[in-house]
Amino acid sequence: MDIAKEVLNGNKRAVSRMITLIENKDPVAKEIINELYPHTGSGKIVGITGPPGVGKSTLVDQMIKEWRKRDKKIAVVAIDPTSPFHGGAILGDRIRMQDNFLDENVFIRSMGTRGAYGGLSKSTGEAVNVFDAAGYDIILIETVGAGQVEVDIAKLAHTTTVVVVPGLGDAIQTMKAGMFEIPDIIVVNKADLTGADDAVMELELMLAWAPKIEWKMSVLKTIALENDGIEELLDEVERHWKYLEETGMLYKREETRYEEELVDLVTENIKESVLKEIKSNGKLDMIVKKIVSRKITPYTAADEILAGLKPNK
Amino acid sequence: MGKIRVLMAKPGYDSHFRGAVVVATTLRNAGMEVIYLGGQQPSEVANTALQEDVDVIGISTLSSTYMEYLTELTSLLKNKGIAEKLLVVGGVVIPDDVPKLKEMGVDGYFPPGSDLVSIVDYIRNGVK
Ligand code: B12
Ligand SMILES: Nc1nc2c(ncn2[C@@H]2O[C@H](COP(=O)(O)OP(=O)(O)O)[C@@H](O)[C@H]2O)c(=O)[nH]1
Ligand SMILES: [Mg+2]
Repeated sequence: MDIAKEVLNGNKRAVSRMITLIENKDPVAKEIINELYPHTGSGKIVGITGPPGVGKSTLVDQMIKEWRKRDKKIAVVAIDPTSPFHGGAILGDRIRMQDNFLDENVFIRSMGTRGAYGGLSKSTGEAVNVFDAAGYDIILIETVGAGQVEVDIAKLAHTTTVVVVPGLGDAIQTMKAGMFEIPDIIVVNKADLTGADDAVMELELMLAWAPKIEWKMSVLKTIALENDGIEELLDEVERHWKYLEETGMLYKREETRYEEELVDLVTENIKESVLKEIKSNGKLDMIVKKIVSRKITPYTAADEILAGLKPNK
Repeated sequence: MGKIRVLMAKPGYDSHFRGAVVVATTLRNAGMEVIYLGGQQPSEVANTALQEDVDVIGISTLSSTYMEYLTELTSLLKNKGIAEKLLVVGGVVIPDDVPKLKEMGVDGYFPPGSDLVSIVDYIRNGVK
């Protein structure tokens, strides 16, 4: 199977296979990505983040259905944590999206973080590009939901939605900590619970302290379980895209994304080639022994290793 | 190297879920990525297997209607061109039916009381 060609044709097996190749860091993935890249750039990337249990998966399920009514082709990347102890994972977001399993225009893919922090997996960005190249109009990303440090999604997505629930201090704390740069939209889900209006008010008050930018962030209420407020949420997301396009911010966001990805790629490559070299000739072992027997300090050792490296072609 | 990806599901009308959960957790603890689906129709299982590119499809069945369910599932997997995935069934199956399941395309069957370690080993060896 010519995977690149089939991905561009929208062949689901090819898309599925390609994401596996990316996740497994298969060398052929790189070549295929190179072929796909010119065909990306039209899909809109929407991030859904927030603490565990606030209803992100349920919300995504409803957003899919509503966007299907608007005739969009939807892909979802749902990320769950990989256990640091044994490397395994239970990927359970998908089960909340089961109403969409039989829709031919919906593609849901679950991923484990596989050692990455920041709420995404290392392959998320590339998986998004595969969906984009395959003709999906909107790519929804559900992050892990670790809490405070999920800044990565804001760098990848065009529009980031932070989800909170009434009575839960976490996200409000996050906002207080000055992380105003993450959300474009704030959703108070489970608005059927008491305290929803208080949460909205508190968040709006806090937003008054946010650095002034042209985009006026809004706080929306939803009841994901009852499909309440979802249309308004999609309207707001689409309004945000319009804003990005009209102000040239869309381009800026992509610059941020690819600067980040490029730096990551370069750093990763350098790290790998350095490790390969010092591990293969036994140098690492030798130097570690010297450090432990106090013949040399870790800093001097690091300098020595770096000085000894042959510059790569 | 990749991780083994497993889809775990059971027929929707079967309310026994302990076996599915115990096996899913065991496979997770053995370093695999398990997409836990709970009760689903064969068509939903087949679509998920395709999108998630799993290596293994695990079906837990403790009710008596597994024949219809698995017949439909195996034929869907063939239609979608993904019959090569390892299909493993666990739970209550009448002994006479076991050879029929194999003929249908079920690769392995684990009755109640099966040793969990043997399930992990079977899956590791079965996924090339
Ligand atoms: C507990 C239980 C229940 C509980 C279920 C609790 C729950 N939510 O899970 C309740 C009380 C709800 C229940 C209900 C019923 N039950 Co019941 N139940 C049992 C019982 C006693 C134990 C099942 C269990 O949890 N075992 C523990 C788990 C860990 O074991 P396991 O599921 O067998 O899993 C092991 C293997 O089978 C295998 N495995 C299982 N799944 C998978 C999947 C994969 C991929 C792999 C590799 C391996 C694997 O690995 C596991 C570890 O060894 C069994 C009898 C028995 N001893 O098996 C009857 C039994 C399964 N029940 C039975 C029946 C008939 C019923 C009812 C129809 C009774 C009724 N008339 O109302 C209802 C079903 C309702 C419905 N719609 O489905 C019969 C089934 C007979 C049949 N299939 O022909 C059994 C066999 C009892 C009997 N001897 O008659 N049941
Ligand atoms: N009361 C209420 N519960 C909800 C709502 N949305 C989701 N839930 C429930 O919250 C729990 C967690 O939902 P889930 O989508 O898995 O959250 P996630 O961990 O953020 O993905 C589930 O039991 C949902 O049924 C809602 O609007 N109201
Ligand atoms: Mg979730």
